Amino acid sequence: MNTLPGRLRVFVPGDAAAKAVGADAVAAAFMAEAAARRIEIEIVRNGSRGLLWLEPLVEIDAAIGRIAYGPVEPGDVPGLIDAGAGTPHALPHRLHLGPTEDIPYLKNQERLTFARVGITDPSSLADYLEHGGYRGLQAALQMSPAAVVESVTTSGLRGRGGAAFPAGIKWKTVLGAPGSPKYVVCNADEGDSGTFSDRMLMEGDPFVLLEGMAIAAHATGATRGYIYLRWEYPEAHRALNAAIAAAYAKGYLGERILGSSLRFDLEVRLGGGAYICGEETSLLESLEGKRGQVRFKPPLPALAGLFGKPTVINNVITLASVPVILERGADHYREFGVGRSRGTLPLQLTGNIRRGGLVEKAFGLTLRELLYDFGGGSLSGRPIRAVQVGGPLGAYLPESQFDTKLDYEAFADIKGMLGHGGIVVFDDTVDLAAQARYAMEFCAIESCGKCTPCRIGSTRGVEVIDRLRAGQQPDRQEALLRDLCETMTYGSLCALGGLTPYPVLSALNHFPEDFVSPRAARIPG
Amino acid sequence: MTTQALRRVIPIIAEQSSALDAAGRAEVEEACRRLGAQPGALLPVLHAVQDRLGFVPPDAVPIIAHALNLSRAEVHGVISFYHYFLTAKPGRHVLHLCRAEACQAVGAVALEAHAKHLLGIDYHGTTADGALTFEPVYCLGNCALGPSVMIDGRMYGRVNAARLDALVADARKP
Repeated sequence: MNTLPGRLRVFVPGDAAAKAVGADAVAAAFMAEAAARRIEIEIVRNGSRGLLWLEPLVEIDAAIGRIAYGPVEPGDVPGLIDAGAGTPHALPHRLHLGPTEDIPYLKNQERLTFARVGITDPSSLADYLEHGGYRGLQAALQMSPAAVVESVTTSGLRGRGGAAFPAGIKWKTVLGAPGSPKYVVCNADEGDSGTFSDRMLMEGDPFVLLEGMAIAAHATGATRGYIYLRWEYPEAHRALNAAIAAAYAKGYLGERILGSSLRFDLEVRLGGGAYICGEETSLLESLEGKRGQVRFKPPLPALAGLFGKPTVINNVITLASVPVILERGADHYREFGVGRSRGTLPLQLTGNIRRGGLVEKAFGLTLRELLYDFGGGSLSGRPIRAVQVGGPLGAYLPESQFDTKLDYEAFADIKGMLGHGGIVVFDDTVDLAAQARYAMEFCAIESCGKCTPCRIGSTRGVEVIDRLRAGQQPDRQEALLRDLCETMTYGSLCALGGLTPYPVLSALNHFPEDFVSPRAARIPG
Repeated sequence: MTTQALRRVIPIIAEQSSALDAAGRAEVEEACRRLGAQPGALLPVLHAVQDRLGFVPPDAVPIIAHALNLSRAEVHGVISFYHYFLTAKPGRHVLHLCRAEACQAVGAVALEAHAKHLLGIDYHGTTADGALTFEPVYCLGNCALGPSVMIDGRMYGRVNAARLDALVADARKP
């Protein structure tokens, strides 16, 4: 016979994705049930473990470690307590998943950047410190700025926002640039469909981003930082503001950080729902209070960025990967990965996939391994027909390309891009001509309007695809579409117009039949 | 005559013609006072106004422009650039439906059609009973658990037609 626990410590994620499927109600049910049974309970709203198909994934602290149950509905809570969940003699329960750390999806990952996400209480600076927090900054403050930059360069860390530019080189330019003040800007405008790693990190371990930004400030001589966050992430907004307040209160932001001469002030600014503001120069315009229109380069933001001053601008994951590099050394980080893609990449398995979630792995895994070993195939149970990698500007890949390795160079070789690591899965009901049309439509909606190929080309692109799908002189329309894509590729000012041809042409090249007749008429079974 | 002599000072006069009611005007002025001094203040000010009033009334533009030493054209240009800022009073609730690829892969296109039929409006419209304003959004960052919608800043995942019906019915209650 099991015994009811006298005291329960329960983890119910406060992550936005978990909340979207009922985590708040589950937490409330635990509170109510514990009160009714007079059990002492502590509920920690942790980040998500990234096993999103199991959310709300509840963990109960037991003597042997944390035991996972999921997906839990409020109605399951009394049964879980009846079964003695978390006690040494717990009865079997249909939602029992075993020790969290032993779940293969999690066990087979290499979590460096996401090491603490889902484990700690993201609202607690003390918990962050207990789990190795701020050791990277402490190490960095013992080093000269140039040595910190050198360490980041040696680690091989490249920009995780999508462009994959070596972070150390960017920092070195800012360090050597004349001008004052200098800025550190975090690009948290995670607009790519199929991506949520920035959000998960900011909600699940906000302090690591603050630490990474403070290290960047020390390395480049910057004194002020901004996190440019999209409005669509209200939970991340709350988490960051709370973390910033806690960091100021304990001397991890502001003057004389950790007793050093480093001064760094940081605040969050909200965007206004413009995809283009994820492009770094457009983001800087927006931070300056203007329309988010792309700037010409040069000058580089590193030399003349925010308010015309030298500016480090990096993605959330890039900055959040810096503390572990400083803490454990550049060589440790470098050991992960293949070729020129070093370290780990948090991949996001999304769309029509059975086990969707976050998979942080060293570069070099194949797409097929990710889709089937981790993802378990499609959610609908139908064959996977196409996968879009790298967000709305990424290529649609057919099954014949699923053996491509997930690293920057391998994707460039097949005219695709890994981008921010978003993987969107489609089953065999997808109409790739409709997806190509959507890519052009999206570009038209989100174009900043500064350059003609993007502003006008995207609208003409929708029209040409419509005529092509309607069978009006298809050969001419196809030639026109390819010509238009060439103009957009080589004539656009930034990646929005320049890369929209990726999804369009990959759809046309790999799935030409969808442009001849509607897919709906040919879906098997 | 030198160019110096041709220069005239054109006095900037505060716009008095704003049709905002006193309460609305007070909110806008308060936002400008509280946030207007920081560098790049316009977006924070616009967010504060929309947070308080639910939208950025066109009549707020001259007040904001004056307070931030910008032209009305600049302020209008920024408001119209960003999809998030609404320029007409929305319904009691705002429903954002994700149109992006990951949600498309699990039925967002059908959900979108269902929503338009259910609400009797297209995107950017407000239902006849004033309950809901309907807006598209391009990714809510819930891509493994789509289709996703957001109502007044609260996100919902795995939304099918029945779940949307229930959410809308809830929002329609006075």
